[in-house]
Amino acid sequence: MKIKKRFCHSYCLSGHPTLPCNVLKFKSTTIMLDCGLDMTSTLNFLPLPLVQRYVLMHPKTKQTELIDLSTVDVILISNYHCMMALPYITEHTGFSGTVYATEPTVQIGRLLMEELVNFIERVPKAQSASLWKNKDIQRLLPSPLKDAVEVSTWRRCYTMQEVNSALSKIQLVGYSQKIELFGAVQVTPLSSGYALGSSNWIIQSHYEKVSYVSGSSLLTTHPQPMDQASLKNSDVLVLTGLTQIPTANPDGMVGEFCSNLALTVRNGGNVLVPCYPSGVIYDLLECLYQYIDSAGLSSVPLYFISPVANSSLEFSQIFAEWLCHNKQSKVYLPEPPFPHAELIQTNKLKHYPSIHGDFSNDFRQPCVVFTGHPSLRFGDVVHFMELWGKSSLNTVIFTEPDFSYLEALAPYQPLAMKCIYCPIDTRLNFIQVSKLLKEVQPLHVVCPEQYTQPPPAQSHRTDLVIDCQPPATSYRRAEVLTLPFKRRYERIEIMPELADSLVPMEIKPGISLATVSAVLHTKDNKHVLQPPPRPAQPTSGKKRKRVSDDVPDCKVLKPLLSGSIPVEQFVQTLEKHGFSDIKVEDTAKGHIVLLQEAETLIQIEEDSTHIICDNDEMLRVRLRDLVLKFLQKF
Amino acid sequence: MDHECARLLPAVCAVLADPRQPVADDTCLEKLLDWFKTVTEAESSLLLLQENPCLLELLSHVPTLQDVSAGVLSFSLRLAGIFAAQEDCFQYLQVELLPGLFGAAGPLSRAVWAVPTVRSGWIQGLRSLAQHPSALHFLADHGAVDTVFSLQGDASLFVASAAGQLLVHILALSMGGRAEGHTCPQGDDWPTCAQKIVGHIEESLCSTDTSRVTQALNVLTTTFGRCQSPWTEVLWEQLSPLVARLLERDPVPAPHPLVDLLLCVARSPVLGSSDLGPWEMTAQALSRLGPTQAGPLALGVLKLHLCPQALRTQAFGVLLQPLACVLKATTQAPGLPGLLDGTSEDSVVADALLSSKSSCVGLLCRTLAHLEELQPLPQHPSPWPQVPLLRAVVTILRLCDGSAVPASSVGGCLCGTLAGCVRVQRAALDFLGTLSQGMGPQEQVTQVFAILLEYLERPDSSPMVLKKAFQATLRWLLSSARTPGCSGLGPHAVLFLPELFPVLQKRLCSPCWEVRDSALEFLTQLSRHWGGQADFRHVLLESEVPELTQQLLQDPESYVRASAVTAMGELSSRGLHATPTSPEQPEVQQSLLPEFLHILSADSEGFPRRAVMQVFTEWLRGGHADVARDTERFMATVLQVVSRDLDWEVRAQGLELALVFLGQTLGQPGPHCPYTVTLPKAAPPSPLTEVLGALCRVRLFEFAFRALFDCDRPVAQKSCDLLLFLRDKTAPYGSPWEAGGSPDSASVEAALQRWQAGEQGQPLGDLEPEAMLATLRSIDLEGLRGTLAQGSDHVEKSPQSLLRDMLATVGILQENQADCY
Repeated sequence: MKIKKRFCHSYCLSGHPTLPCNVLKFKSTTIMLDCGLDMTSTLNFLPLPLVQRYVLMHPKTKQTELIDLSTVDVILISNYHCMMALPYITEHTGFSGTVYATEPTVQIGRLLMEELVNFIERVPKAQSASLWKNKDIQRLLPSPLKDAVEVSTWRRCYTMQEVNSALSKIQLVGYSQKIELFGAVQVTPLSSGYALGSSNWIIQSHYEKVSYVSGSSLLTTHPQPMDQASLKNSDVLVLTGLTQIPTANPDGMVGEFCSNLALTVRNGGNVLVPCYPSGVIYDLLECLYQYIDSAGLSSVPLYFISPVANSSLEFSQIFAEWLCHNKQSKVYLPEPPFPHAELIQTNKLKHYPSIHGDFSNDFRQPCVVFTGHPSLRFGDVVHFMELWGKSSLNTVIFTEPDFSYLEALAPYQPLAMKCIYCPIDTRLNFIQVSKLLKEVQPLHVVCPEQYTQPPPAQSHRTDLVIDCQPPATSYRRAEVLTLPFKRRYERIEIMPELADSLVPMEIKPGISLATVSAVLHTKDNKHVLQPPPRPAQPTSGKKRKRVSDDVPDCKVLKPLLSGSIPVEQFVQTLEKHGFSDIKVEDTAKGHIVLLQEAETLIQIEEDSTHIICDNDEMLRVRLRDLVLKFLQKF
Repeated sequence: MDHECARLLPAVCAVLADPRQPVADDTCLEKLLDWFKTVTEAESSLLLLQENPCLLELLSHVPTLQDVSAGVLSFSLRLAGIFAAQEDCFQYLQVELLPGLFGAAGPLSRAVWAVPTVRSGWIQGLRSLAQHPSALHFLADHGAVDTVFSLQGDASLFVASAAGQLLVHILALSMGGRAEGHTCPQGDDWPTCAQKIVGHIEESLCSTDTSRVTQALNVLTTTFGRCQSPWTEVLWEQLSPLVARLLERDPVPAPHPLVDLLLCVARSPVLGSSDLGPWEMTAQALSRLGPTQAGPLALGVLKLHLCPQALRTQAFGVLLQPLACVLKATTQAPGLPGLLDGTSEDSVVADALLSSKSSCVGLLCRTLAHLEELQPLPQHPSPWPQVPLLRAVVTILRLCDGSAVPASSVGGCLCGTLAGCVRVQRAALDFLGTLSQGMGPQEQVTQVFAILLEYLERPDSSPMVLKKAFQATLRWLLSSARTPGCSGLGPHAVLFLPELFPVLQKRLCSPCWEVRDSALEFLTQLSRHWGGQADFRHVLLESEVPELTQQLLQDPESYVRASAVTAMGELSSRGLHATPTSPEQPEVQQSLLPEFLHILSADSEGFPRRAVMQVFTEWLRGGHADVARDTERFMATVLQVVSRDLDWEVRAQGLELALVFLGQTLGQPGPHCPYTVTLPKAAPPSPLTEVLGALCRVRLFEFAFRALFDCDRPVAQKSCDLLLFLRDKTAPYGSPWEAGGSPDSASVEAALQRWQAGEQGQPLGDLEPEAMLATLRSIDLEGLRGTLAQGSDHVEKSPQSLLRDMLATVGILQENQADCY
């Protein structure tokens, strides 16, 4: 039933396409899609070593002036990397809604946050400075700080207490679970194939479907494969979180990683892998599990150092239902799904919460160390950079694509150790996107503007853009976008007793009409037509339905008209009734019958007829009755 | 036909004529036909039919059967054709039998005609039958040619193709008698049958139905390809205007068959050299056809030995157009001088390149493959545009890795299409390797090495692309060393090698086994060619490559272990496997022999063991220090291990090793021996007794005798050759011992008999040379060689066996039926 045209708006709060934060206003519901934390601003600071030094730590949160965060009803999280800003949003903003995420997302997201907080809090700050953020002072600072924009939005890192409070607002969901939001829309998470528990989201009403695709992968790694079929028939597909390195093939990079690791270790050097405590590290360990024996490196120890190393390795083994089929089937054997369990058992892989304590006793070189943080600004990695940076035998291998490795290395220069950049990003590349879009065929694609033009460094690579028909609608940071579809219909239920009383009349073969007088009752975004409260009273109705709780005012109902007026017969009838000097003109929409003598116009169009005459009510009524003869009434 | 076959034949015919006894295996019918063909080649068919009335009975009975199997009917048609190929037999069969098989009353009018095998049998029968003028009358009388016309469009490709071939055959047969010795008549005077076929071809060529045009073109191509008589010239004269008219249509119909026809005419000695040569039409085709079809035509033209120069230039231009287009799209400078003038065609090529990824990739790959094929030919275009071609290939490789900067929108589009395209990368690297024969200016060669290094370094290179990059690199390195006036490695290689080895090191550590394998193969080749060059030795020994290679002897992948064995064997031969045992003796190599022997005896896969045997053979030939130190002990150990090997190729390689050893101790094998052995120096043969003593000590006799009865024929054959060589070499020295004369030789022979019977267990033990020599002389090696030379199925191949098998199969079927009831 047609009600009224309404629009769906999307507010973009993040300029980083892989750390999205969008707000969707859809059917009076405000939905935040992801809240990634852009930490690239930390590269402007000096590394936070374990030896105390005065530093500031200011991760950047998202633009929030655009929208009042307290009005956000729900937050949908697509993967653990995209929830790192959650405490900034749920705490101290008046947010009172619900956050939806899958269990692995929450558990691993908690680990990432815990690690971040631990890294920062490990080095207590005697005082903090914020005067420099004053624009007059900032412009005097050396580059790149003086060029940094919106430093006022940079915030201190949250505390563990805030993390816990934020996580307590999360409601766990499973793949394909349908969640009703206020009766207005239904949201469903689907497997996105990128990380443990990572999801794409379907947001749909009875007549519209918006798909939110964020951080998806079609490669066969450890997570459950991507569910593509459920994305079909979308009106709009919001596409974010594509690979950050579209020109690098993950397989080639893994090969590069292994080769360089082997060469370094053979020469007696150590390998440092700055990484997050979850995600690609599982695949790297699996790859090394197969590789080290064949390369004759089985005696080289692998160290994984993170405050959450133990939890991360153990969590990965218990989320069997979220894993790919191969790994799931191992659980029934029973075997641990990931081979790192065996690496730990055979003492090839050892994990420690930090470099203090047991690690310093066990530490043996040459070795391979996996530790955070990939920005090289805090965490145990800072120590290893300082320890190993001076020797050309050692190698640092960057596998996380989130940070520019050259910028990350800048404060450590001059550096003798070798640096290898093999970013492993399993998210969709443009070829996969184009295949996906061909398969899913959404009516419209909406994506960050970065995906509609080639990367600035490779402006000739016209293949590195989203290629679809019609062309994708792009958005940029702090932009409000009207999604390219109009909501036209709303479902209304009719109470059975009311439906019984209807008498349909066939106006065309197969099409019957009936007038209905009823009360429209709207609650929780559900609309119901109920019988009028006073059936004894004369029936009333309206030409157009209105979504409201008002009891309709009861006017005398004019009959509804249907049919068309055959002009020639109409003219003949007019002549029969004494009108002469009739002229008929054709117009774009119908006809004008001109009664020249009476100086009267009869405008006949497809859906309206107007009689224009000069204050002669008698004549108008006469003409009206003649017109009505040709129309059906009911 | 021998008596036994004649005895079995009636039963077989009865089986075939009985629809209740289906022939389970169609291949036996094919074998039967092959046999009849051989028989009729030697004997008179008429006589055969008269002596074996069952055959005639079969041929006359089968077509009348209602529920005959399609296979048997097809067989009968073909068999009748084989018999009727002889004119007297044809006359004998013509009255009753042949019309019933090939005429309108035959299978043609029956439901079984719907089975393609029957139609195919009908055509093949006629094809065999049409050997003499009487056959032509038969064909005309029964309207067979019209049926063949219609079969040209048959749904079954085999039938359609056979129909076309049959038409060509009939045309040639009807013209055959006429053209001998005198001038060829004009088309109007041709026999009716030929006129009818030519009329049909003319009609087809004028048809708007592309499939009919294709049929006509195919018939013409086959005709001109097969017949070189003067009448073909008249035919071409008559039909060439119609063919030319095809080129005026838009689009040109059936471009591929048209190209085939033009090339066939051009190659024909009768037509190619005449005034009516197809040159003008070919030139027109080159300009009218799209780049996909014009490419093969251009290549064909350039491969011709006799062809007008203008046409060759045009063809080369067409072939180069896609590359010219690539160059134009990426640089502002003109691409190939003199070959970029046709701007209109250029846009057609650009359109083809841009229309879709598959068309772009296909066109470029084909162009590169055509040029690669052309380059080594003596008739390749001269001057060969080496410089622009190199530039084009390097540009294509840069487009593929995304590093080329496009100069136009076409370039931008190409960049997007080609980025990461493995097929084009492979084709371009192959062609780049071929271009190494011509070298180029210094600056360009530097660019070539730069792009090769880039490909070898790129983490994204697929294993196949890497392999091609290694191959191309090797070719360029070797040809840069061949530059005139250059001694040693050549300036490019000297600069390139230090950059290459770190990459090679990385590739040897790759987790992908194909990459490790290609890197090892590359290293082997490089060492084989340059192992003696000081610069190369220096760079190699400075790197970790030898150490990594040795590590790969334990690789989990057997192919890689095999390649590592070959590489280490090569490095060791060249003294490049330097792991200094002590600082005082840096040059002393640690012996690889124990490690290789361990692989030979313990590796579970065949490839590494085969590789070890090849290396050992090379080492023995080359006088490697590890082998020369105590050759007898080496031989004894290796032969002992090899004789137990389960892989026949390893055992065969063991015999090869033994042969080299024999060559070195007894002198080189004579020319009768298929194995060429090169000795480092001609060692004077030692006295026979000494040599025989050595052979006994290394247990070579035992190894060879055992191999003589090997269950794998190639091993037995090789052993037979080796023993023959040994017997010939020892013959001139005379022998005081007679065969069977000593008790030892009796025990040897007893052991041999046991081995022949399949008992492999017992060794011979320590025996005297005399006994061995006596045994050697007692064995009928020539006879054995004859038996081994025959296929293992020589007994089963005989016609008697075939006929018996057919009867036996039916017998078994009957038994099964009986069981069912």
